[in-house]
Amino acid sequence: MHIVVCIKQVPDSAQIRVHPVTNTIMRQGVPTIINPYDLFSLEEALRLRDAFGGKVTVLTMGPPMAEDSLRKALGIGADDAVLLTDRFFAGSDTLATSFALATAIQKIMETEPVDMVFAGKQTIDGDTAQVGPGICCRLGMQQLTYVQKVESVDPAKREIVVHRRSEGGVQVLKTSLPCMITMLEGTNQIRYGTMDDMFRAARADVRVWSAAAAGIEDMTRCGLRGSPTVVKKVFAPKARAQKARPVDGEGAEALAAAAIEAIFASQPKLESDLLKQSAGY
Amino acid sequence: MKKQLPEKFINYKHVWVFVELERGEVHPVSWELLGEGRKLADKLGVQLAGVVMGPPAATTRAAVEGSYRYGADTVYLMEDPLLTDYRNEPFTKAMTDLVNTYQPEILLLGATTLGRDLAGSVATTLATGLTADCTELAIDDEGSLAATRPTFGGSLLCTIHTLNFRPQMATIRPRVMAMPEAKDGEVSGGLIEVPLNMKEDDVITKILDFIADNTTNKAQLAYADVVVAGGMGLGKPENFKLVKDLAEVLGAEYGGSRPLVQKGWIDSDRQIGQTGKTIRPKLYIAAGISGAIQHRVGVEGADLILAINTDPNAPIMDFAHLAIIGDAMTILPALTEAFRKRLSVNRMAG
Ligand SMILES: Cc1cc2nc3c(=O)[nH]c(=O)nc-3n(C[C@H](O)[C@H](O)[C@H](O)COP(=O)(O)OP(=O)(O)OC[C@H]3O[C@@H](n4cnc5c(N)ncnc54)[C@H](O)[C@@H]3O)c2cc1C
Ligand SMILES: Cc1cc2nc3c(=O)[nH]c(=O)nc-3n(C[C@H](O)[C@H](O)[C@H](O)COP(=O)(O)OP(=O)(O)OC[C@H]3O[C@@H](n4cnc5c(N)ncnc54)[C@H](O)[C@@H]3O)c2cc1C
Repeated sequence: MHIVVCIKQVPDSAQIRVHPVTNTIMRQGVPTIINPYDLFSLEEALRLRDAFGGKVTVLTMGPPMAEDSLRKALGIGADDAVLLTDRFFAGSDTLATSFALATAIQKIMETEPVDMVFAGKQTIDGDTAQVGPGICCRLGMQQLTYVQKVESVDPAKREIVVHRRSEGGVQVLKTSLPCMITMLEGTNQIRYGTMDDMFRAARADVRVWSAAAAGIEDMTRCGLRGSPTVVKKVFAPKARAQKARPVDGEGAEALAAAAIEAIFASQPKLESDLLKQSAGY
Repeated sequence: MKKQLPEKFINYKHVWVFVELERGEVHPVSWELLGEGRKLADKLGVQLAGVVMGPPAATTRAAVEGSYRYGADTVYLMEDPLLTDYRNEPFTKAMTDLVNTYQPEILLLGATTLGRDLAGSVATTLATGLTADCTELAIDDEGSLAATRPTFGGSLLCTIHTLNFRPQMATIRPRVMAMPEAKDGEVSGGLIEVPLNMKEDDVITKILDFIADNTTNKAQLAYADVVVAGGMGLGKPENFKLVKDLAEVLGAEYGGSRPLVQKGWIDSDRQIGQTGKTIRPKLYIAAGISGAIQHRVGVEGADLILAINTDPNAPIMDFAHLAIIGDAMTILPALTEAFRKRLSVNRMAG
C-alpha cells in the first residue's frame, strides 16, 4: 500500500500578530508548524501502512524552508518526502495549488503506484478546504472528505469502507481505490516518532522538485498566473461605533434586574418569544 | 489586475444558488443564499435561479416551490434516483453539466460539509475561482463579485475577485446572511428540467448505511433564538453549570469559547466562533468570554449581545451592546433567578 499525505507548513496562528498601524500580518519570527489538521490524516495513513505494509510519502508545496515540515513528518514515521518548490508557485490559489500537487503525485505514480492520497480537512491559514477535493478531482480518484473512521480496507479487492460525517448524520461509504481522504479532527492522536525515525529523519534525502522536475510543462497554470482568484484588499474588521453600555446597580441582583430591563427595552418582542420557548419552567 | 473577460465567458449571465437538499430537507442556508442572491441579481439586473437536485419525490418538488418562495425567478431541476443521497460524483456531474449548458455568472453554495465537498470539485472541473467561507458579498463597479472572507484565523478580512473566469463561485457559512421573508400564497416561476444522464453502475462510491445523529441531545446552536455561552472566565468546569441553568430557564441553547472545547468542558459542536458555529440569535449572553476576534466573527449577527465580564476593557466590549461588569459566578445565578421570576409571573398574567 502506497499512501501520499499532503501536508502544508503554516504559521503557528496562535502567535500571529497584526501590525497595529499598517494592518498587515507580522510574519517575522512567527514559528511554523505542520498544519494541525494534516496530522490526523498523517496518523491515519501511518496506521494503514502499519496494518497493510507499504510506505507513506509526504508531499508539500512551499518555500525551501518547508523542508522542515517534511523532516518533522519523517521523524513521526513517514518513509519518504517530496518538496515541491519553485518561484513559479508563488501566489498560488487553491486551483493552482491543487494543479501543482496533483501533477507531482502523477510524477510519483510513474515510479510507484499510489493507492490513497490523504489531505487535511482544511488549513489554519488559508482555511478553504478546497485543495483536497481539487487534487482528487484532477487525479480522477474517489473523494472521501470529513472521514471520522476508516472502517476497513481490502487491498486484494481494492475496496475501502469509511464513515463520513455529513449534515445530520454519518454516511457509511464503500468505494474503490485509489481514493482521496480528508480526516476529521480529533479522530486519532498523532504518535511520537521512534528514536530510529528521528535519526532517519535527520539523515533522510528529501526529494526537492522544481515545477519542471515535477512534470509541469505549462507554467501559466502555476502561481499567480494560474490562479483565477485575485486578492483585492486585506483589511482589519471595523470596530462598532459604540461600546457596550454597562448596566447600573449595586450587587448581583440589582445588576441582573437592570440587565433584564435593558434587554426587554431594546428587544420588545423577545419576552413573548421567551415565554413561548421556555414554557414548562 | 484588470478585468479582461475572455470571449467564451461573455454570455455567462444570472445568479445561481445551489439548493442543498438532503434526505428530503432543504438546508436553511440555501434560503439565506437566495435572499442574498436576490440582492446581487437585482444589482446586476439579471435573474436569480435556484438549482435543485434530488430524487423524483414530493420533497424535491417542495424544494422547487421553496426556491420561488424565497426569491428565485427560475429553478433548474435535476430529478434522478442517483441524486437521493449526496455523493460527490453524480452531484459534481450534475452541477458542471448545468453550468456548462446554462452559463451562470455567479454560483453560490452553503459552506456546509456537503457544499464544501461539492464546490471544490465543481470549481476544479470548471477551472474557475472559488472563494471559501465568505461573510459578505457585493457587486463592484465593474459588475464583478467581491467576496469578503476572514483569514488568518479571523484577525483580518480580505476581499477576493474572480476577474477573468466564470462562473464566480463562493461558499457562504450558514447564518452569516439573514433569512429572507418567504412569499405567502401561490408562488411560481420558470422551471427548467434537465436529465442527469448517468447510471448507478457509473458511480463507484456506494452508500452502505446512514447513521442519523441522535438529535435529542444535539446542539442546535446555529438556529437558536437565544444562546448563553461561557468562557475561561468561569474558572473551572463545575461552574459551567451556571451557564446551563440560565440557558434552561430561557429555553436557550448553550455553548462556549474554544478553550472550553479544548479542555473538554463542552462538546466540540458547542464551540462558537470562526472554527466553530456561527450564530445569529436574538439574544446572546457571553459570560467570562474575552471576545477574541475568532469568537467575534461567529456572533456578530446576533441582535443583542450581553457581556458578563469582570474587565470593563475586555475586547468583547467593542462589539457587545450591553455589559454587566461583574463576577460571572454571582451574576449568572442572579440572572437565572430574575429571568425565572419574570417569565413565570408573566406566564401567569398571560
Ligand atoms: C488571505 C488569503 C485568503 C485566501 N482565500 C482563498 C480563496 O478564497 N480561494 C482560493 O482559491 N484561494 C485562497 N487563498 C489561497 C490559498 O490559501 C492557497 O492556495 C493555499 O496554498 C492553499 O489553500 P488552503 O490553505 O486554503 O488549503 P486547504 O484547501 O484548506 O487545505 C486542505 C489540505 O490540502 C493540503 N494542502 C494545501 N496546501 C498545500 C500545500 N501547499 N502543500 C501540500 N499540501 C497542501 C493539506 O493537506 C491541507 O490540509 C487565500 C490565501 C490567502 C493568503
Ligand atoms: C485559528 C484559531 C481559531 C480559533 N477559533 C476560535 C473559535 O472558533 N471560537 C473561540 O471562542 N475562540 C477561537 N479561538 C481562540 C481565541 O483566539 C481565544 O483564545 C478564545 O476565544 C478565548 O477564550 P475565552 O474568551 O473563553 O478566554 P480568555 O481570553 O482567557 O478570556 C476570559 C475572560 O473572562 C474574564 N473573566 C475572568 N474572570 C471572570 C469572572 N469571574 N467573571 C466574569 N468574567 C471573568 C476575563 O476578563 C476575560 O475577558 C481561535 C484561535 C485560533 C488561533
